[in-house]
Amino acid sequence: MAGTAALALDETARSVRRAEIAAELLTFLPRDSVLTEPEELRPFECDGLSVYRRLPMLAVLPDRVEDVQRIVRAAAGQGVPVVARGAGTGLSGGALPLEDGLLLSLAKFNRILELDPDRRLARVEPGVRNLAISEAADPHGLYYAPDPSSQIACSIGGNVAENSGGLHCLKYGLTVHNVLEVKVVDVAGRLLTLGGEALDTPGYDLLALITGSEGMLGVIVEVTVRLLPKPETARVLLAAFDDLGRAGDAVANVMASGIIPAGLEMMDRPAIRATEDFAHCGYPTDAAAILLCEVDGTEAEATAQVEEVRGVLERSGASEVRVAHDEAERARFWLGRKSAFPAVGRISPDYYCIDGTIPRKRLAEVLQRMRQLSAEYGLDVANVFHAGDGNLHPLILFDANRPGEIERTEEFGGRILEICIEVGGTVTGEHGVGVEKLDQMCVQFPAHELEQFHAIKRAWDPRGLLNPGKAVPTLQRCAEFGAMHVHQGNLPFPELERY
Amino acid sequence: MADQTEVIRDRVRAAFESDTPLCIEGGGTKRFLGRAPAGEPLKVGEHRGVVNHAPSELVLTVRAGTPVADTQAALAEHGQWLAFDPPRHEEASTIGGVVACALSGPARPWTGAVRDFVLGTRIVNGRGDVLSFGGEVMKNVAGYDVSRLMAGALGTLGVLLEVSFRLLPRPAWDRTRVLELTAGEAIRRLTEWARAPLPILGACHDGERLHVRLAGAEASVAEAAERIGGEPGDGSLWESLRDHRHPFFANAEDGPPVWRLSVPAHAPPVDLPGSVLIDWGGAQRWVRSDAPGPELRAAAETAGGHATCFRGGDRDEPFHPLAEGLDDLHARLKCAFDPRRILNPGRLYPDL
Repeated sequence: MAGTAALALDETARSVRRAEIAAELLTFLPRDSVLTEPEELRPFECDGLSVYRRLPMLAVLPDRVEDVQRIVRAAAGQGVPVVARGAGTGLSGGALPLEDGLLLSLAKFNRILELDPDRRLARVEPGVRNLAISEAADPHGLYYAPDPSSQIACSIGGNVAENSGGLHCLKYGLTVHNVLEVKVVDVAGRLLTLGGEALDTPGYDLLALITGSEGMLGVIVEVTVRLLPKPETARVLLAAFDDLGRAGDAVANVMASGIIPAGLEMMDRPAIRATEDFAHCGYPTDAAAILLCEVDGTEAEATAQVEEVRGVLERSGASEVRVAHDEAERARFWLGRKSAFPAVGRISPDYYCIDGTIPRKRLAEVLQRMRQLSAEYGLDVANVFHAGDGNLHPLILFDANRPGEIERTEEFGGRILEICIEVGGTVTGEHGVGVEKLDQMCVQFPAHELEQFHAIKRAWDPRGLLNPGKAVPTLQRCAEFGAMHVHQGNLPFPELERY
Repeated sequence: MADQTEVIRDRVRAAFESDTPLCIEGGGTKRFLGRAPAGEPLKVGEHRGVVNHAPSELVLTVRAGTPVADTQAALAEHGQWLAFDPPRHEEASTIGGVVACALSGPARPWTGAVRDFVLGTRIVNGRGDVLSFGGEVMKNVAGYDVSRLMAGALGTLGVLLEVSFRLLPRPAWDRTRVLELTAGEAIRRLTEWARAPLPILGACHDGERLHVRLAGAEASVAEAAERIGGEPGDGSLWESLRDHRHPFFANAEDGPPVWRLSVPAHAPPVDLPGSVLIDWGGAQRWVRSDAPGPELRAAAETAGGHATCFRGGDRDEPFHPLAEGLDDLHARLKCAFDPRRILNPGRLYPDL
């Protein structure tokens, strides 16, 4: 489990502190915006990574930017750390509360402030759901491109904090490529505007720096996104492979062919079977892997690309290539991919989603090594992921009620991430480090780089009050983890919880 | 093709120890840009060469001293390009230079800026530490995005050693159309076209005519050409515009200074004495004007953007002043990377 940045207070001291900060907040916030009772705090105890749970000292739900500024000033004044939270759908524990901290929920900031089709932008509050932006833009023939799988629920503020991707980021980019301006409240309570409607701003690119900064540098209170014209048409192909390695090579071949697909997704046999049982979308259940490839553009363009991609897939050894003939079939092809996680959730009591990214050409090799580890740990893995950009999402199937299985799962996940680093990849493609991947950050980054990250953090937040203990491990933690790593395999009690 | 990492690192370390300001220089082709260079020259142009080009991965890693021209030629052989279309003001212009100055070509509004294509960097910070951020993979959210922060920092946060880029396939078909329109009408049409998924890759108004570059699959280019109308145009315009060889940019040192106004694309034509060339579909307005700086800055701000005195003119304050609150944040970030202010001090703003 992740440690907190500072030594925890005892229960009495915490009650005193809670009362002090609540009293100050209630001078400008209504009673129902300041939550202090355990039963009121329970909904905030975890985000989408529910193996980590912790009650915050208190939770605050403002609905005006001025109040966010006052809350941050009040908390900073009393030395209380602040954890900002959007929809709480994050998968790395980035919004995990601190037991001596203030949980700042931005859920009430749910208004679209402006949507201008001529300027192709939407200015929204941070709690607006990702999909709500595209829905509002739809009547104008526009949409917001990044589409993380949680887009029905996840908020745009959280998308900026995590630099979220999605199915279509292969062609249309990540959050960082689709945001024009962000307003943040810094730890001093000042409202800063980063970026703007022009294509660049003077000075350092702070908009790029704040994107993906996991709530460590400031609290995001407004986001202006770029809207894109919807492509005239989208077509999808489904290719089946008898061999995982050939499917991996087919991904590289498609990408080398001079076409950038709108999406290129892969599922392995365990994922295909779980999905087919659940969603009945007609996937070939005897295949070792399937690829889903979407191309879009004008009618003429898409038709030409479908033929080209079909050729590449066939030459890459696909045992079958299907092309969706109409919108209904296209939706059916995608239905399976989009319901893969719940489908896997049905065949296993629990699953743990990993988020490493690797160079595409190493796909086959990494999938093979994952199979070996799966046998070694006695835990099944289903793979369903963004193959086109090398972003893996292995789902490790486990049962939390079996003693030691969570720990084994976490260790297995850690080994997968270390393979990702070894082949030149990264421990997180789109879910963020949060509290979950702090140890693997020690493997990915040497001490000097980590020190540089901490220096950036201090430049924004000298006392470390914004989401402390997340995203970047302390050097001390890495030293401890590194020491333990050397002795891995020789630990007398591998089932013991480790810090 | 030599790896100069250790030489560069040792120079920065020595400068850190002795508190000696360094002036980073690649091809030495952008001395005109920013506040006047000062400090001992740190030549990085010898640190050149391709470290990795994996065509099927659409990834390129090059040393910062590699000439832009060489890089473009090598990628063209594989039908690929750096889609921010880096300008080369002279043949010696380096990759490190275009990244440090965040220079993007005419395709920028449609393909993305330098920072949008940067996947990773290797730098030497102001303490002389060699650091790597990002990498060669498409998606990477481990740690702060230091690599993109380097784009446009003008070398004030670190000396660039290597940069990794995402590549794109070059569009198969490329056609230019020309329409006789006023600037105002051009902006109105561009705003309208921007709402449709047209394969536009460049749009420039030279004062009398609107030039539109269409690129992509043959069929969609032909379709779009019909919709846009006009006459066939000369495609060589885009390179001359990108590299500032277009007559509009001539005699920058003797004639009126070259100002760059970065504004929202839909902003109406700016009313300033001098001549105006509209690029980036309206989002970048080049102005040759002897008008005082504050007048240009005010015009840019009114339009919702900012102004840079790009070439010629007064060099005390070429960049738009930072908003309140952002200035001290910049100073603290500078300190986080370069505590003794030895890397290109004062080149961007006096205090950085």
